[in-house]
Amino acid sequence: MITIELRKLFLRPRMWVSVLLLCALPAVVAVFLATTHITPPPGQGAAFLSAVERNGSLFPAAALALVLPIFLPIAVTTFAGDAVAGEAVQGTLRYLLIRPVSRIRLLVAKMIAIAVFIVVSIAFVVGTSYLIGKGLFGGGAGQPAAVGQPGGVTSLSGSALTPFDLSLRLLAAIGYIVVCMLGVGVIALFFSTVTTSGLGASLGALAILITSEILATLDAANPVKPYLPTNYWLSWIDFFRDPVFWHNIDRGLLAQGAYLVVFFTAAWANLSTKDITS
Amino acid sequence: MITTRSLTKRYGAVTAVSSVDLDVAPGDRYGLLGPNGSGKTTLVRMLLGLVYPTGGEIRLLGHAVPKRVRQALPEVGALVEQPAAIPHLSGRTNLAVIDAAGPHGARRTRRARIEEALDRVGLAGVDRRPVRAYSLGMRQRLGLAAALLRRPRLLILDEPTNGLDPRGIKEIRELLRTLNADGTTIFLSSHILSEVDGLCDRVGIVDRGRLVRQAELAELREPTGRVLVDTPDPAAAAALLDGEVEAREGGRLLIRAADPAALNARLVGGGVPVREIAAQRRTLEQVVFELTSAGSDRLARADTGLERPGRGQERVGEGNASTDEMAGRDPLGSGAGRAGPGRGSAGSDGAAEGDPGAAGAAAAPPDRADAENPGGGA
Repeated sequence: MITIELRKLFLRPRMWVSVLLLCALPAVVAVFLATTHITPPPGQGAAFLSAVERNGSLFPAAALALVLPIFLPIAVTTFAGDAVAGEAVQGTLRYLLIRPVSRIRLLVAKMIAIAVFIVVSIAFVVGTSYLIGKGLFGGGAGQPAAVGQPGGVTSLSGSALTPFDLSLRLLAAIGYIVVCMLGVGVIALFFSTVTTSGLGASLGALAILITSEILATLDAANPVKPYLPTNYWLSWIDFFRDPVFWHNIDRGLLAQGAYLVVFFTAAWANLSTKDITS
Repeated sequence: MITTRSLTKRYGAVTAVSSVDLDVAPGDRYGLLGPNGSGKTTLVRMLLGLVYPTGGEIRLLGHAVPKRVRQALPEVGALVEQPAAIPHLSGRTNLAVIDAAGPHGARRTRRARIEEALDRVGLAGVDRRPVRAYSLGMRQRLGLAAALLRRPRLLILDEPTNGLDPRGIKEIRELLRTLNADGTTIFLSSHILSEVDGLCDRVGIVDRGRLVRQAELAELREPTGRVLVDTPDPAAAAALLDGEVEAREGGRLLIRAADPAALNARLVGGGVPVREIAAQRRTLEQVVFELTSAGSDRLARADTGLERPGRGQERVGEGNASTDEMAGRDPLGSGAGRAGPGRGSAGSDGAAEGDPGAAGAAAAPPDRADAENPGGGA
């Protein structure tokens, strides 16, 4: 069932279109930066953008910062919201269930497909932006670099990072973002078991994210902030501090883990007790 | 193969299926008939574990449903409402996907099984175009191929000939007969009478969620105790059989008599030439119309409480009364399915056909159209 889901995933034109779109945004930004050489001043605009002029190998991190707030969640909720609802509308859900595929297995397979989709999307974003960054801005991934020297990579805390160190941190950041996006995906998956409209499920999950973002700006909502799904999203930046600032990362992982457990259980409970009338 | 005991499904206040006791024996070609919205699909979905019953029990191939439905399903092939496939993949890929998704889908024999199933439904020559580009008939065949993929012992089909042309319908009917001869039990749910009439040997009739009749098809089509006579001299026949003639139209008479042979002897003895004589048998159509009410897709103004439980029982009774009356008023039309034009059968389409007197009633609901039908002037 899992291999089937993956096969369906990769055979689906829609998946490649959304990956392409995800890669397009950083590319557009890079082209503008490279032609105008006007970078946002440090501390403003998306993270890392101010630094990429000096070193292209930071561009993958900048690209992640660009797609994370809106584009990646949209892609993930669109995909995950369609997971069960799409099958229901297509009519293939009932044929899978009478094949028979158990409902929990179906859900696990869908969850794994969502995870793979997230990983593949992010991998493509990082991959293309690395190539673009190297191509347009050049970069010092080849030699060990020192602070302030051309080609050197600096952590956000000011100390130098070796390319090896940088790639480790980048991998860790990717892992963290994948977990955050899984948290988004599982919410959309839950909605997907509730409705037969994939679009409705995606928008429902997005509505939760937007609510969370709005509450995050609201001082009155301070007590619930640590529990909001989007609260620790930006903590992946902490991987680029020296030393890594684990405090928020830990909490972020914990919060996303809780969302995963709660919403996956809810999705399972809903799907397994539901009359399939579509 | 399938047994249900007081199977019930309620959606809130609406009772979709109400204490149904279904019995399908191995080797049956079972037809489940009923008007639209009578609960056929809900029943089929419950048999397959897609919809959970509110009450009662189901055994599918001896396994309790829904609890152990996954033990039974590998030996069941099914088509539930429309066939479904992933639109951007080819038919073969779709079959491979569905085959690999469940148990007993060994990769080694997959190709052979897919080709065999495609062969059986007449799609063996299908190319690599995506299912999106298939015609309705091709989709239907593909759905059937998916149902046949595991050589099931039991086939549960919901209107399998939907979207097929007459030749296709005949092909599928022959395929189902062949499968049945090889030992596959067939359970077919349909609102198309001819589909069931042409294939099934046992029939269950549902109306408003209830199984109102379950019997051998032959038993349902018992003689009505009347004989249809066609004679060039109807006046003489009427004079001879005075009092026994129930209806007369042209040279055709409907006579109350148990034995056509004895009646024939009397007529011939009385010097009445007989062109044709046959015991009147009820058609499946008549049986169904007597037992069922209008489908739930027909919402007449007076029928406000159509789906309300509690009223269901009394409405079934009402329906019976009115349809009985209707059948009584239209005796010639209820001939052995070969009534001529102008003698509207109980069917709504037949009511006004070629009958100028009933033309005005064509737009009226079928029961009223029949009451006004001059052919039924008994």
